[in-house]
Amino acid sequence: MAWMAWTLPTAIFFGVIASLLIIFTILAIKYPETPRVGILRIETTRGDRLFITLLGSAFINLIWLGLEVAPQPYALLACLVYAAAVFRWV
Amino acid sequence: MNKTVNQKAWFLVLPVLVLVAFSAVIPLMTVVNYSVQDTFGGQFFPLDDKLLWFREMLQDDRMWGALWRQLTFSGIILAIEIPLGIYIALNMPKSGFWASFCLVVMSLPLLIPWNVVGTIWQIFGRVDIGLLGYTLNKLGIDYNYTQDVFAAWVTVIVMDVWHWTSLVALLAYAGLQSIPNAYYQAAKIDQASRWAVFRYIELPKMAGVLMIAILLRFMDSFMIYTEPFVVTGGGPGSATTFLSIDLVKMALGQFDLGPAAAFSIMYFLVILLISWVFYTVMTNLDKRDGV
Repeated sequence: MAWMAWTLPTAIFFGVIASLLIIFTILAIKYPETPRVGILRIETTRGDRLFITLLGSAFINLIWLGLEVAPQPYALLACLVYAAAVFRWV
Repeated sequence: MNKTVNQKAWFLVLPVLVLVAFSAVIPLMTVVNYSVQDTFGGQFFPLDDKLLWFREMLQDDRMWGALWRQLTFSGIILAIEIPLGIYIALNMPKSGFWASFCLVVMSLPLLIPWNVVGTIWQIFGRVDIGLLGYTLNKLGIDYNYTQDVFAAWVTVIVMDVWHWTSLVALLAYAGLQSIPNAYYQAAKIDQASRWAVFRYIELPKMAGVLMIAILLRFMDSFMIYTEPFVVTGGGPGSATTFLSIDLVKMALGQFDLGPAAAFSIMYFLVILLISWVFYTVMTNLDKRDGV
């Protein structure tokens, strides 16, 4: 694994994403997903909303960094707000 | 017909998952790891500011320059290929020998590998031996794609139009073929003009395939590498250095693995976003058509 040049932050990052995927898989088995149509006017399931959240969070972080809004960890707060909005309305 | 649900079928997907893990997921993870470290001579050094490369790339005029060139390029080729493709499809014979003939001829450019297309145009446009370059210069038009920015752009764009308009035309043609004759007969009874037939019958019926054509062409042109690399090599200067050409220069030319990794992650995110839009549009079109 040395050639992959792991660092602790990136390991945590991928660990969080992997556990999110596992949690959502278990959730999907226990409580089957029912697609619904939200403000994007497309059918989304729980997994779709997770994908939209993660992808959007990546862009939020980049914009946060590029515009130097505030120290980077605070971008995660914005992502949480975004995640809540996605799961509520999309 | 009742379909039986058997979730064990998911295990049949495992070989693909393993393959994708080794060909995509693990390399991608490695790129993410590279993007937060400094590399020198095969060794890795932690950065004080973990996000240094991202910060640097986001403030780098070179990357933004490549991005604007890329968007300009994609915009121009879409603005040419989509209307031209529709126009060709509208004028293709609907049936008989000539319809098949047209289809075969139209699909020829699509079958040629990218680097061969690049080589064809590289030679075609040369001033000393190329048919196009030599003729243009004999006609008194100053054309040299290795020195003139405008000529380089025209060459790259015409090359892409030559290579890919067929795809748009074939998709639009397929959309046109699916329109029942009754629509045209109704239009004739109403004495609708040619424009009205196009605007209210043909265009709405083609909307689905055109959406696919636009997204496909946008994605492909957004990731274009081989053709401009072979023809202009990104030059003159950096006039035709699009995103992937710039990325390869940074990663393999200068061996700046950290910044290049940060660059490729951002590039990947944009591609991922477009792919998601593409996928969503496709599945929704399928649902609407009831396929």
